[in-house]
Amino acid sequence: MSKKAFHMKIKELKSDAAVLKDLEISVGRIFEETWEEPVGPTPFPGLVDLRNWDMTLLKRYKPFYLPFCDVCCLCTFGKCDLTGNKRGACGLNMAAQQSRIVLLACCIGAATHIGHARHLVEHLIEKFGRRHPIDVGGVNVEVEAPVTRLVCGIRPKTLGDLEDVLDYLENQLTHLLSITHTGQEGNNLDFESKVFHAGMIDQVGMEVADIAQIAAYGFPKADPEAPLVELGFGAIDINKPVILCIGHNVPPAIGIVDYMTENGLMGEIEVCGLCCTAHDVTRYNPKAKIVGPISWQLRFVRSGVPDVVVVDEQCIRADILNEAMKVKAPLIAASEKNCQGLEDRTHDDPDKIVEDLVSGKVPGVLILDPEKVGEVAVRVALEVAPKRKKFKVIPDVNDVIEGAKRCRQCNQCRRACPNDLPIPPAMKAAAEGNLSPLDELYDECIGCGRCEHACPENIPVHSFIIKAAEKKMKAETFKVRAGRGAIQDVEIREVGGPIVLGEIPGVVAFVGCANYPKGGKEIAEMAMEFAKRRYIVVTSGCAAMSAGMYKDEEGKTPYEIYSGRFDAGGLLNVGSCVSNPHIAGAAIKIASIFAKRNLRANYEEIADYILNRVGAVGVAWGAMSQKAASIASGFWRLGVPVVVGPHGIKYRRMLLGRADKEEDWYVYDARTGEKVYVGPTPEHLFYAAETKEEAMVMIAKLCMRPNDTTKGRAIKLTHYIDLHKRLFGTMPEDIHLFVRTLADVPVTMKDEIMEILKEKEWKERTIPDPTLLPRLIRKRKE
Amino acid sequence: MAMTEPWQTAEIPGPKKALVITKPEVVVAMIKKAKRPLLVVGHKAAEIDLGEEKLIDYLVRLSQKANIPIVATAHTVSEFLKRGFKPAGYMPVVNIGSRLVDPEWEGLDGKGQYDLAIFVGMPYYMEWTILSGLKHFAQHLKTITLDNHYHPHASWSFPNISLEKWKENLKVIIEKL
Repeated sequence: MSKKAFHMKIKELKSDAAVLKDLEISVGRIFEETWEEPVGPTPFPGLVDLRNWDMTLLKRYKPFYLPFCDVCCLCTFGKCDLTGNKRGACGLNMAAQQSRIVLLACCIGAATHIGHARHLVEHLIEKFGRRHPIDVGGVNVEVEAPVTRLVCGIRPKTLGDLEDVLDYLENQLTHLLSITHTGQEGNNLDFESKVFHAGMIDQVGMEVADIAQIAAYGFPKADPEAPLVELGFGAIDINKPVILCIGHNVPPAIGIVDYMTENGLMGEIEVCGLCCTAHDVTRYNPKAKIVGPISWQLRFVRSGVPDVVVVDEQCIRADILNEAMKVKAPLIAASEKNCQGLEDRTHDDPDKIVEDLVSGKVPGVLILDPEKVGEVAVRVALEVAPKRKKFKVIPDVNDVIEGAKRCRQCNQCRRACPNDLPIPPAMKAAAEGNLSPLDELYDECIGCGRCEHACPENIPVHSFIIKAAEKKMKAETFKVRAGRGAIQDVEIREVGGPIVLGEIPGVVAFVGCANYPKGGKEIAEMAMEFAKRRYIVVTSGCAAMSAGMYKDEEGKTPYEIYSGRFDAGGLLNVGSCVSNPHIAGAAIKIASIFAKRNLRANYEEIADYILNRVGAVGVAWGAMSQKAASIASGFWRLGVPVVVGPHGIKYRRMLLGRADKEEDWYVYDARTGEKVYVGPTPEHLFYAAETKEEAMVMIAKLCMRPNDTTKGRAIKLTHYIDLHKRLFGTMPEDIHLFVRTLADVPVTMKDEIMEILKEKEWKERTIPDPTLLPRLIRKRKE
Repeated sequence: MAMTEPWQTAEIPGPKKALVITKPEVVVAMIKKAKRPLLVVGHKAAEIDLGEEKLIDYLVRLSQKANIPIVATAHTVSEFLKRGFKPAGYMPVVNIGSRLVDPEWEGLDGKGQYDLAIFVGMPYYMEWTILSGLKHFAQHLKTITLDNHYHPHASWSFPNISLEKWKENLKVIIEKL
């Protein structure tokens, strides 16, 4: 890296005044200039260093606020009624309040990833040393940390170098959070600029976490052939003791695998996971298994299959201890961020902890030592499994029928259900002995359990749904490719040209949580549609799991059907949530490796390049968390549009372009300085789709970029028009906005398109060398 | 059973809540009073079964009877076209929302902004948030929802009513327009 501690050591120094012996002085850290690339304009950017770029984006992509609450209750002036954009006692209006809440959400998200990264780096340094090298792909990956290089202007070479990056992130995060205090920022667009800043530092934090764990734990290193691992409820062997790991921070799960390996127990016990810890433990050992996304927590625990539940941090149900207690499965909390009210037994003798858990003396323990978690979890699983005999709380069919008879048809369950599922009629049918309607609910149930808490009769509605769908649930056996990590530099060299020229129609990344409107199958359907169309399809997190939960006629799952290469028609899982920067990193590396743009601390130029040339779109179809908000905002600042599912509208504001406002869609031609109309490419920066069909058409449209060659634009238009005709039943009416010259028109659709162009009085226009940054104009107009 | 509570229990908004439409004639009067009404129809209109017809079939008749332009959201345009009806426009619901808050928008026909937007057929929480955006940032606009669920952010909303009652109301509205 280019920044290191200044350290001076003097053995002996004599002067008239004094004699110094064995003097050592450390004076912090200074830049070390061994990296030939010049430092760009914004190393370690502060809160306002990229504000001009943000405002450029926000001028085109204006916030559309959708308040979730009409009042502000964040200080004792309040509650203040902000209805109709009124101002509260502090002077803040509704628009600024909404962007303030978005900033708060993004700070929470960024803090979660950065805290995660700090914990991991500290743990790995303790285990492997500060000098452990950052190797994320050997000779195939020279640009090991594209986001960090871009933002900070440094090249991390060792685990210790990552501490400097984290220092910067924590500093920025503190400032960002302070801005949400009463009486700070007052302008909504300045809040939005800070939202982008939070997203950017979040991307760096995630990158730090993932490259640290890849390097230290030996996860797949940019490997397109990363092993296929088992996925699904039915993949778990219930004849063995089962340890379930939930969360995101993998060291405790690795402690379990290591203890099993050291004691010859691999194969004797099933180690499986939910959410991102599942991804990361399979990256460490592909014999571990993934049960499914976050929504599977209740159904899997209640099934009684897990004998021990180990939780680390993030996305874990707050009532997990209660649920584990119901099935008599001991719980081990393994993170200081999620203690679950349990006694800290970190420094106790493992024999004593095991004895207490096995005897049921305590329902769970807190152990803040991953190795000790490993030993205790394994020993407890072995001893508890024969006693528990997979004790479950899922009722039998008769109990469901009898329980359903208590249903009053009051609709409280349905009114509590995020997806408005028709539970009352399903209960009525169940009371008559027909469980099929309950079974059908399973596919769209997000597993939140709100229906049960709403029920005045205390009917365990969710457990009834699980019982009705038991056969289907047990048949869930799929494959997912273990998270491969980074994209290789050589892959970027091969596809950079076709992507920038538009010949590969786009890069579509399915990421994020599992708050789906109509079940996870929509992710698999969309991912396969775009892979079939030769887009590059990338996945991560819970969405990567959902993308794998499909089988074709031959029983093959999507990851078996499509290649794991970063290439046209590929379907590649980069890994867990903190692996998302590999997707951003691929876009950055296209600018850097393919287009030879300087990367180092050169954020604005690279983002401008990506916005205008790299047809990448993020899709967070089930986005739920604050982390998803900050991940999305990191992509926005980088010029990558993000589509969310309908629940994503609850993030309170969209960033929408107006295709009907011609003046919004001019860029500079860097060759001449002329301002050139380029059409709404890409039309939106953040946008919630109502249905899968709408999203698919929009994804194809958002992949268009001003820089597309005529061949590339024709290919992209072909997909857009084809999807539009199939899903909307008609030709798109806005084709004239995307056709720049007649060479853009797909040959097979020429007649239909020409008719529209004539009707719209379309005129040919030039294709510029596009940029939004005046400083990049090479020759100014006289 | 008529309840003036949000359909999704926790979707409590704030001090300003929709006036409750107690009889369908209120909708008729509002539409007749409006100079430039617009009907925004979501994808659920083609899914909701009202007996022998879908909700969307009622909306086609309503549009034709009162000469109200329809904007179809999501992929609903295909359902209209299958019925031989061409909506005045189609676009994502967030797009129509962002245009309705803009006083300078020229409308689908270039004749200017609308003064009444009637919403129906979106997922409850989506329509809820769009109506919230309009309540706060489109002071020039009145909104009505024709859904059978109470939408507190609209200017006017039916309470939570049964499918049967809903169907009756729609028939009355179409008949009296």
